[in-house]
Amino acid sequence: MSKLSIRGVEKTFPARRGTAATRALEPTSLEVADNDFITILGPSGCGKSTLLRVVAGLETPSGGEVLLDGQGVAGPGPDRGMVFQSYTLFPWLSVRDNVCFGLRERGMARAEQLAIADRFLAQVGLKGFENHFPAQLSGGMQQRTALARALANDPKILLLDEPFGALDHQTRELMQELLLGIWEADRKTVLFVTHDIDEAIFMASRVVVMSARPGRIKCDIAIDLPHPRSYKIKTTPAFAAYKERLTEEIRVETIKTLSMEA
Amino acid sequence: MPSLFTPLKPVAPTLRTVLAVACFALFFLGWGVATYGGFVKPLFLASPGDTLVAGVALFREFGFAEDIAVTVWRVFAGFAMAAAVAVPLGILMGAFKPVEAFFEGFVSFARYLPASAFIPLLILWAGVGEFQKILVIFIGSVFQLIIMVAVIVAGIRTDLVEAAYTLGAKRKGVVLRVLLPASAPQIFEALRLVLGWAWTYVIVAELVGASRGIGHMIIDAQRFLDTGQMIFGIFVIGLIGLITDFLFQAVNARLFPWARSR
Repeated sequence: MSKLSIRGVEKTFPARRGTAATRALEPTSLEVADNDFITILGPSGCGKSTLLRVVAGLETPSGGEVLLDGQGVAGPGPDRGMVFQSYTLFPWLSVRDNVCFGLRERGMARAEQLAIADRFLAQVGLKGFENHFPAQLSGGMQQRTALARALANDPKILLLDEPFGALDHQTRELMQELLLGIWEADRKTVLFVTHDIDEAIFMASRVVVMSARPGRIKCDIAIDLPHPRSYKIKTTPAFAAYKERLTEEIRVETIKTLSMEA
Repeated sequence: MPSLFTPLKPVAPTLRTVLAVACFALFFLGWGVATYGGFVKPLFLASPGDTLVAGVALFREFGFAEDIAVTVWRVFAGFAMAAAVAVPLGILMGAFKPVEAFFEGFVSFARYLPASAFIPLLILWAGVGEFQKILVIFIGSVFQLIIMVAVIVAGIRTDLVEAAYTLGAKRKGVVLRVLLPASAPQIFEALRLVLGWAWTYVIVAELVGASRGIGHMIIDAQRFLDTGQMIFGIFVIGLIGLITDFLFQAVNARLFPWARSR
């Protein structure tokens, strides 16, 4: 049985004064197996974030349903951890208390919270920064904290919405390695939205390509590269072959998007 | 010199202090020239020296310290009552749109009713005692404060709220542990502004049917054409305002260090 089933999920944003209704997502279906690392790749505005937000429960679909372990999803919950593109650490809480947030909402004893928080902060390489406030951290460190915060809650699935999109290229590559390392260690099911082809291939066991608006799944490519992967894999012929194929797929969609806007 | 006036360019702390003191110095200089130079009759404007002498006399002979204490108590009592009502209600309005829809129209209407126009009615209802004075301040501040708090809370970043939901927070958790701490520094700032307005209402309240207080002293001095006392009274209000403002800012910086670099 699939860990996550997306069945015929569609989304139309209602018409507002002066604008017609926007169809963001055509009926979309996707099966995610346990321990899968799926990247959803698509040009900007293709509805990939909408799809992820529906899975998170932050957006109500206009049709279709999302099942997690066979249970229907209605509204957001701690079983689906999320890392956003924007920096969403609570600025009034220290790094440690940010990571404790979900545990505290669950009513866990403080000592237990701290033990878990410190373990995940160590895992994302933030030992020594527990008492810093978010404003004192770089973008990369903030997103690592956000990752630790989501992981500390032990969600059934991790949802990532272009979490490294605002980071510079070098930091971004290190963050990919960090996330991939964490996944290789505990194989938590991951749904990762991105528009970066290298990023999509490097971490994924499957890349799902979405078409230009209205979004729908265009193709679903298994990435058959061995684990553990190091950054060196990005220069191998096998990687290049995936990249070539996906570049073509995305290029067509981007051109479509541009001509739609024109 | 032109570089000093580059838009938004910060000014050195020492120069800042020097400039602030210079403004006060210039003010006293102008006042001194106008009065000592014989340009204005003492009947209309007392000289700085006479004002000071009048002030000393107020404290020594007329128990002005008690007047000050009474006025300060009225301001803080009325203001505390207004805050006790406005902060929770404003938070509820900002957080829950039906509550906002219910109260917003009425509060916006009430906000434009001048507190001073209520004085005759309030005297009818509550007599000329303490409670009536406090009610004037309450009516003058509460509606302003409700609207300000509601706007602040409604403006809290939605992605922080969404992050809290994906971490397992429920409605109550979102209000108490996201909206409240996120808006606290700005609510504190709103309180500081409204406290300034409360001071104008208390004087107005004391001009009518009061037997003590700074406002009453000013009215009393008017009967004897003692401009020195009147000016001294006005100065004392300004001074108290300056001190509370300073205290508010210091407490704000201490309570919410994370918000300092906004």
